[in-house]
Amino acid sequence: MASVNNNKRAHYFRFLLMGILFGIIITKTEVISWFRIQEMFRLQSFHMYGVIGSAVVVGAIAVFLIKKFGIKSIDGEPIVFRERKFNKGYVIGGLLFGFGWAITGACPGPLYALIGDGVTVISITLLSAIAGTWVYGLLQNKLPH
Amino acid sequence: MEWILHPWPWYIGGPLIGLMVPVLLLLGNRNLGVSSSLRHICAACMPAKIPFFQYEWRKESWSLLFVGGIVIGAYMATGFLSANEPVKVDARLLNELQQYGIINHDKLAPTDIFNWPALLSLKGCLLMIGGGFLVGFGTRYADGCTSGHSIMGLSNLQWPSLVATICFMAGGFIMSNLILPLILKL
Repeated sequence: MASVNNNKRAHYFRFLLMGILFGIIITKTEVISWFRIQEMFRLQSFHMYGVIGSAVVVGAIAVFLIKKFGIKSIDGEPIVFRERKFNKGYVIGGLLFGFGWAITGACPGPLYALIGDGVTVISITLLSAIAGTWVYGLLQNKLPH
Repeated sequence: MEWILHPWPWYIGGPLIGLMVPVLLLLGNRNLGVSSSLRHICAACMPAKIPFFQYEWRKESWSLLFVGGIVIGAYMATGFLSANEPVKVDARLLNELQQYGIINHDKLAPTDIFNWPALLSLKGCLLMIGGGFLVGFGTRYADGCTSGHSIMGLSNLQWPSLVATICFMAGGFIMSNLILPLILKL
């Protein structure tokens, strides 16, 4: 039983480490910067387009290779890919999120990162984002999908 | 190794972000995505009998560890991997921001408008609380954010994720160029 718990703990520790890695990368690449986001939406800098574009190219090659060679996870499980089914929420919600992204200069990842970066007031913005998610849950059945 | 202290160019940071996709898949069998953590926090802290929050959030606790890691990682990047130089900002943008009283660009966020006292003003509320609300509501409605749709979804060639990404960008263009200037003038 103890070893099962240890395994579980090690398993969770991995996600913490991967989060730390992701946090360092997005902070050093400045994708969490309000200024970079404004430059992107004003077409004043190539930076964000370069970041997202090259990330997708690398990610797509990796996904292709994993699928082609049937590579399994480190725990020996077949990799599960999430398939997306379109609904109107992708458009309406997408536009609303785009508004919020341009206002705060942050998508959800950067909201967490900015708190670590020392902009403590963003914890209020994060709480508000949690509230926004909660209100979506409350209204879900009344919203067009 | 000096370069590591300065902001990383897109051709370093972008591919590294892309590599997070296979890293999460191979080490954890999880699809990269951050916004679902907000839902798990709702489910854990205030489910309030709302069906959308009735599920075993504990099975998704990897997501909460991942975002906790993001906070720690950002803290480390700023505290130990930084030369503490001001953020380089395009001259045209700096010029425009000056007229709204946004001068300080020492930090990644403009602290002239994102600070605690500003929460008491209408402008600060719209930016920090209104903006955050739209991020949380919009990402859940769209079932994903920049990481889940624009990075993971596009890497997995999911066309609905492309539609979502185009809408993120369209919303951002509209807000940044047409509406945000009006808020910043308040």
